[in-house]
Amino acid sequence: MLYLLMAVPLLFAAVIATRPPEHARWIALVGSFVALGVTLFAMLQFSYAFGGSTQLEAHTPWIPALGVTLDVGVDSVSLLLIALTALLGPICVLASWTAITWQQRTYYAWLLILQTAMVGVFAARDLIFFYVCFEFTLIPMYVLISLFGSTNRKKAATKFFLYTFTGSIVALAGLIYVAWWHARGAGEWTFAIATLGETARQMPLSVQMPVMIAMLLGFAVKVPLFPVHTWLPLAHTEAPTAGSVILAGVLLKLGTYGIYRFVLPFVPEAVAVAAPTIAVLSIIGIVYAGLICWVQTDVKKLVAYSSVSHLGFCVIGLFALNHVGISGSVMYMINHGLSTGALFLLIGMAYERYHTRSMKELGGLAAKMPVWATFMVFFAMASVALPGLNGFVSEFMCMMGVFQADDAWAAAAGSAAQVPGSTPGPLGPWFALAAGTGVIIGAMYVLYMVGKVCFGPLVEPAGHDQHAHGDGHEGDHHLPADLTPREIWTLLPLAAGCLVLGLYPSPVLDTIEPSVSNIVSLYDDRVELPAMMPTGDTDAPADRPAEVMP
Amino acid sequence: MSEKLAILWPEIILFLGTCVVMILGLSPRIEARKACAAVAAIAIVLAGIVGSLAPSGGSALLPELMNYSKGLIAIIGLLLLLLATGTVDRAEERAIAAGQRTFDPLRATRGEFYAFFLFSLTGLMLCASADDLIWLFLALELTSLPTYVMVAISTRGTRSQEAGVKYFFLGALGAAIFLYGFALLYGGTGTTNLTEMHAYFAANGLNPIATAGLVISIVGIGFKIAAVPMHFYTADVYQGAAASVSAFLAFVPKTAGFLAILAIVAAPGWAYGTSGESLPPELRVTLWVIAALTMTVGNTLALMQTSIKRILAYSSIAHTGYMLVGVIAGPGDGSFTQNGVAAVLFYLLTYGVLNLGAFAIVACLEHDRGDTTEPDEADHIDDLKGLCRTKPVMGWVIVISSLGLLGLPPLLGFFGKVPLFTSGIAAGEIALVLVLAINSAIAAFYYLRLVNAALLSDPDPKGETLRETPLPLRRVAAVVATGGVIVLTIAAGGLMTAAEQAGTYAPMTHDEAERYLEAAGRASQAAELPEAP
Repeated sequence: MLYLLMAVPLLFAAVIATRPPEHARWIALVGSFVALGVTLFAMLQFSYAFGGSTQLEAHTPWIPALGVTLDVGVDSVSLLLIALTALLGPICVLASWTAITWQQRTYYAWLLILQTAMVGVFAARDLIFFYVCFEFTLIPMYVLISLFGSTNRKKAATKFFLYTFTGSIVALAGLIYVAWWHARGAGEWTFAIATLGETARQMPLSVQMPVMIAMLLGFAVKVPLFPVHTWLPLAHTEAPTAGSVILAGVLLKLGTYGIYRFVLPFVPEAVAVAAPTIAVLSIIGIVYAGLICWVQTDVKKLVAYSSVSHLGFCVIGLFALNHVGISGSVMYMINHGLSTGALFLLIGMAYERYHTRSMKELGGLAAKMPVWATFMVFFAMASVALPGLNGFVSEFMCMMGVFQADDAWAAAAGSAAQVPGSTPGPLGPWFALAAGTGVIIGAMYVLYMVGKVCFGPLVEPAGHDQHAHGDGHEGDHHLPADLTPREIWTLLPLAAGCLVLGLYPSPVLDTIEPSVSNIVSLYDDRVELPAMMPTGDTDAPADRPAEVMP
Repeated sequence: MSEKLAILWPEIILFLGTCVVMILGLSPRIEARKACAAVAAIAIVLAGIVGSLAPSGGSALLPELMNYSKGLIAIIGLLLLLLATGTVDRAEERAIAAGQRTFDPLRATRGEFYAFFLFSLTGLMLCASADDLIWLFLALELTSLPTYVMVAISTRGTRSQEAGVKYFFLGALGAAIFLYGFALLYGGTGTTNLTEMHAYFAANGLNPIATAGLVISIVGIGFKIAAVPMHFYTADVYQGAAASVSAFLAFVPKTAGFLAILAIVAAPGWAYGTSGESLPPELRVTLWVIAALTMTVGNTLALMQTSIKRILAYSSIAHTGYMLVGVIAGPGDGSFTQNGVAAVLFYLLTYGVLNLGAFAIVACLEHDRGDTTEPDEADHIDDLKGLCRTKPVMGWVIVISSLGLLGLPPLLGFFGKVPLFTSGIAAGEIALVLVLAINSAIAAFYYLRLVNAALLSDPDPKGETLRETPLPLRRVAAVVATGGVIVLTIAAGGLMTAAEQAGTYAPMTHDEAERYLEAAGRASQAAELPEAP
């Protein structure tokens, strides 16, 4: 089943390579829809009651001498992320429909290959297979950016490749170390993720720590976490629209998924110790990237930096180490894919018409493109977490998780059970407060951008009109002023997703519940850190919530 | 004697081939001379078949090493031969074909070239079956001496001659150093036989003279494998020689060096150190420093090059560093994941194929000046620009080879590196593995430049004179090497099993060693050897 899911895009990519370029986009469209269909079928077969266990498994030996297999299987979180990937597939093809006019075969074939690799990452149940897919996503993305990006594309693509490659090869060393630890104890090498996880948890803290640092190096670059985020704005800005959508929608999630799948369950003791540090880095990322957004004039760069900020929430939610935080974070992975992906699409559509992304040259577009502006406002609201839309649910849950994850508070409250879902954790209200400023900053820059670009006096780049009505100007394709039905259909599924997940998130939350529980249970019986235990009221925060103080 | 001869059939076949080629090469008829390459190919194929099927023999310490190595040598050797066709005498033959000159037997060097080619491969195979220091020395020199001439005659330019002379003098220096090391080893153990030496070490432990001999030998052989500090010649010589000969230099002497190093370090074995599972401390530290420096220096210097051959030269230095990790790690418990020896043997194969593909590009692309001089090799990185569009086959060869050498999964190079990682970690060399990981990342910079130029750049407007070589066999070599990368990636499992077996290490226990020495009539002598001061 999962093999089929990986094979379909690859197969269609092969077909594209053999057919004339004019057919490429049609084949790609059919291919991505077939993949979507297979994904839906897989989702129907999945038993959600047992979402925490690995399902739809398949075992294939690959290299017995190394203990490497091609085992696949999904739990509920992997399945949802695969669904997100499959959903973005047709959208990316449609988004490139008129934008990509040269080397179409190369473009669409690599797009489909990228999809295979991403599904592989989420489906792999073998460490080496995971790593192979994880690394292989670099090549298609590298090609997409450096062949189809804008002016600075070579530099962006190279920077993207080198950053992520460097990080992940260190992560590989860490992961292989875990495999060796297993081999030393069990006498045989295996790279099965589940088995290695059990071994890794038995490692002493002094061993877990370096392993965690190595793994985090790899995944943090991909997320990207401050201070290794610098490749992302460049790559986003230079990538073609569909590239940005995939980058924001799925590739960044490979990093958080890596943390979710490897860091949290493999080295719980080290994570518990390091969580405050990571949280501080996340908060710096949230605030710092948010402030950068505020001063951007390039719309695409603004959304790119906002990704850094948003992913900071995602990471801090994971490191809250409690149910609410981790669930919220997983929700965030999906929501961010929907809303930021859509924002990149919208910017791409405007760019196709005006050939600029500068806020100085764009303004008041609501007058010219009402439909576009409507979508823009909608997705911007989803992105700043307006209640009722999807961003709110996940951001609120992440913050809530961080807020609750406080040893001092939990202890003072008598027992963790008094606050449902709260567990003792290394973070707490102060962390939540700091991260919360990021929400405010987020609202400021997004509203500023929307206000400038959609409303206010109409500003268009000089000379736009004569181009739009003159014939034969390359790149314009005689696009109408407002969105075409194709473009609207590209955006509608994402909008529907945002709305549904915002109003009624419980099906998704119920789905990921079992998988998250598996991880949280590793932390429940954790030994509480002595340093975090309250010894008196001396250093307790003054504004500790009154209702929990009996 | 006769059992020695039984394992030497591949070498004998190659030697007979060499003789035939030499005689044919003197023929006054041009057709006979053109047959030289075919004869050489037949000899290599036969030697490979016999070598991989023959009963195993050679060193008793690495009893399974021989067949795998000889099979490997024959396969890569055959590809190298395809690549080397038409390397020498091109200007001459063009002139003859254009009717400007008639065939002059005295001016042609074709026969010598193939004869030296085969001589060198013979030496390489002898390295694989060596079990004695004298034998090893002769085999190493038989591998190297012909290459000095091959470099010098590979093109008509003065650069090749300069490279040949440089290579010769530094090679002689290297040989002198490791010969000195061998002498000290003999002085320290009283034997040149590696098995007997192992028995001596196992029974009596190391002594300072022998340790010095080991260290000096390794440093000297560092010349063959292009390890720091004996790497200085690499870039100049590879650049000066024709690309097909550079490809030969990047594989044949390196493989010889690694086989020699494995044979030598297997004598003391991996039974020292605090855990009892590593090399003698002095040797370990030496190799550790050489490995770390070699990969770092190689990768760093490769960053600054614009000549493809120089990039590949420095990258070949870096790969030497990677493989030394496997030598340090040692055989572990013998399973493929922990066996550093097997990791080295497997890496030699992956490196051989990938490197050949990369060098083949330089050999296959040339600037045609339209006259009867030799065409210039397209050695500048700008020559690769837009290759995937203008010459798709050549473009994809360089893209796949570069990404493979980089170790990007799922290509073959990645599976070469994983066992180095696992065996290094299993041997407790975490720091060295981290150096290896960081270096792999540095390497991405320059391999990506190659990929970038070929796959993503627009064709260079100055590249009008660029064309594919008219020599079809070279292109065949490039394509076969790249196809091999893909096939071997899929079939990696089987090859790993073969490498695992080839990496079998059979040390003696203390008691066995004493019995062995007794049987060899050396028990009293061993006991009498004075404790070193």
